[in-house]
Amino acid sequence: MASSSHNLLAPGTPGRTCGTTGLGVCLDAQRFIKLNAVSGIVFLLLGGIAALLLALTRWQTVHLLPVDWFYRILTFHGINMLILWILFFEVAILYFACTTPLNARLYSRKVAWVSFGLMIVGAVMVDYIILAGQADVMMTSYLPLLAHPLFYLGIILVAVGTLVGVFNFFATLYVAKRDGAYTGSMPIVTFGALAAAIIAVVTLLHGAVVMIPTFTYAMGWTAQPDPAWYRLIWWGLGHQSQQVNVCAMVAVWYLLSHIVVGARPINEAVCRTAFVLYILFINLASAHHLLVDPGVGATWKIWNTSYAMYLAVLASMVHGFTVPAGVEIAMREKGYTAGIFGWVTALPWRNPAFSATALSVVIFGFLGGITGVTLGTQQINIIAHNTLRIPGHFHVTVVGGTSLAFMGLAYYVVPLIFQRDFIFRGVARLQPWLFGIGITLLSFGMSFAGSMGVSRRSWDIDAQGVYGPAAHLWLGVLGIGGILAFLGLLTFVLLCVGTLLFGAKIENRPMADWGTPPALAGSQPGSLAHDHYATKGTIVLTLVFLACFAVYYFANWKALADVWPVR
Amino acid sequence: MSLRPLTTPWFHGPAGHEKIWLGCAILWCFVMSLMMPYWHFRGKQNSSGETYTVTPAAFMARTEQFVAANTVGTYKNPNPANALMQELPIVEPPAGGDAYLIGRMWSWYPALRLRQGETYRLHMSSLDLQHGFSLQPLNMNFQVLPGYDHVLTITPTSKGEFTIVCNEFCGAGHHAMSGKIFVE
Repeated sequence: MASSSHNLLAPGTPGRTCGTTGLGVCLDAQRFIKLNAVSGIVFLLLGGIAALLLALTRWQTVHLLPVDWFYRILTFHGINMLILWILFFEVAILYFACTTPLNARLYSRKVAWVSFGLMIVGAVMVDYIILAGQADVMMTSYLPLLAHPLFYLGIILVAVGTLVGVFNFFATLYVAKRDGAYTGSMPIVTFGALAAAIIAVVTLLHGAVVMIPTFTYAMGWTAQPDPAWYRLIWWGLGHQSQQVNVCAMVAVWYLLSHIVVGARPINEAVCRTAFVLYILFINLASAHHLLVDPGVGATWKIWNTSYAMYLAVLASMVHGFTVPAGVEIAMREKGYTAGIFGWVTALPWRNPAFSATALSVVIFGFLGGITGVTLGTQQINIIAHNTLRIPGHFHVTVVGGTSLAFMGLAYYVVPLIFQRDFIFRGVARLQPWLFGIGITLLSFGMSFAGSMGVSRRSWDIDAQGVYGPAAHLWLGVLGIGGILAFLGLLTFVLLCVGTLLFGAKIENRPMADWGTPPALAGSQPGSLAHDHYATKGTIVLTLVFLACFAVYYFANWKALADVWPVR
Repeated sequence: MSLRPLTTPWFHGPAGHEKIWLGCAILWCFVMSLMMPYWHFRGKQNSSGETYTVTPAAFMARTEQFVAANTVGTYKNPNPANALMQELPIVEPPAGGDAYLIGRMWSWYPALRLRQGETYRLHMSSLDLQHGFSLQPLNMNFQVLPGYDHVLTITPTSKGEFTIVCNEFCGAGHHAMSGKIFVE
């Protein structure tokens, strides 16, 4: 009964055909995409409320929270944002990437339930124990700081649950290949998700290696693990999990630029090689956090912090070219050929999925990428380690980059999976801009205050009397950026929840179009397939990027040369 | 197409603008890879991670011995906003000699007096949690762990009063944990 293009609808497998894209949707996968995505958004809201409280405390003039609650909420914020929101949403992305694009069905409903159950129990456990005041240890919980055992157990359950979900993803890929659900090579979106899943396995194994002995220590069963060892292995979890985000984010860039403007990678081989570089080299980057640590020598630091020779950075620079290049080619083929940047002005900037993607690429690349590589340079880290420059960096990678891209994805996932059109579409069009601008301001505030020596994770900067008005001013910028970003986040959550409850139902019709650039008269799809010099705008943009990178990089060497000689 | 399996051959090398960009990117990666070893040999600011294991008790004993032998004065906290900062002995290590600095909840002990242009071996360790040595307003930062004697070979090149703040979270008094280095 099943046609070759609808293996998904084989006997006994509930499925439907999407009224917008014509693709098959596995209803099991759909259910777990919904569950995981909604849970993720709930944790995003919790983490966001915490973020607002923190921004209003670090804004020294406002200084909202008392000291104990500042560190408690900071722990809560890190766990909810960096672990819970991201992991739940990534499991949803994995379930999507292994089913619909391959016309495949989800391997197992039971396994998906086990995964979700473990994750949600662990998440509630860890959030409860933090708010109960039993785990004021920051997300990193550096030994000998010690939290209640349930804190570690909760994280272990979330990690194991995620691993189970990742197993379901691999099993789905295997079954789809074995049963011939698709022919040819898996699409780039699935390939990117596969790379993310592989990195996730390595990441979560690091998590098990470090968290289990810490849990047994907290229970009083075993001796305390060594603090330096803990840092090394913990960052195999902590840094690598962010590279899962990078991978998933890049996959979302390819997905959304394809959905919105019909972009495709200009060179699949190079793109896929870049994903493989992530898998091979990204785990070296746990060294970024140990650059001014005792116990590890210069050779180890230099080799690892450079990801062998910046090969993982190379991968990001490849995607940073390929994604806009794909968009440029698609736009030029649609007939938007004026000058170098004519295609840019014709882009659908009012489509929230597109603006979220574009902002994510720019914020991640220009701000997050450049600062990350520079701060992760062995010696430059001396003038950056544990200052606000560090959160200034990762709020433009994992928030302005990953979270914003995931928000963009939701503008298609919600209508396509939940089958309801968005409410207040005019507000939705502004949301990515509000969030993007807010998080950029926040990052600038953090980075400049950090350059003046203001440390991260500190409740009060006035105790020592060493920071002047400029540092206070930048903390004010941090506060205002935090408020704007929170409003952007709140708008996003309210739009999603409101749509799930009140959005117009989609039945047997396409979702309401967010706006895609139409092909102009006389244009020909595929006309530039063999023109390797058609991406004039992208090559200019990427060379500008490289120039900014070089200026920032060498300016930091100069700043380093001004401090005391040290060896 | 990014969303559907690829059924036509897709493996081909980079060409045109993509090749130019790849070349630039690889070259840049190469430059950055060379900068760190270059600075290690030719630059003056490096974190080489010279480290010895030490128990907190042994490090405490060495520091007390260092303080007893080299104390030159007493530092009284003039900042009433920081109630945590108590009186500290001011200790001047011999030029070229060893100095000891303890990080503990919530102070850096003792205060140090150094001479501009002289080089010192600064030993740092923690008696309890992890701490972050952050020298302000210079903004030089190093990690301090319990059980590890982290040695910085450091040469003050500017005179004045410098404050050590803690930039690794270490409990409720973390924000006020501070110490002093005077350079004359």
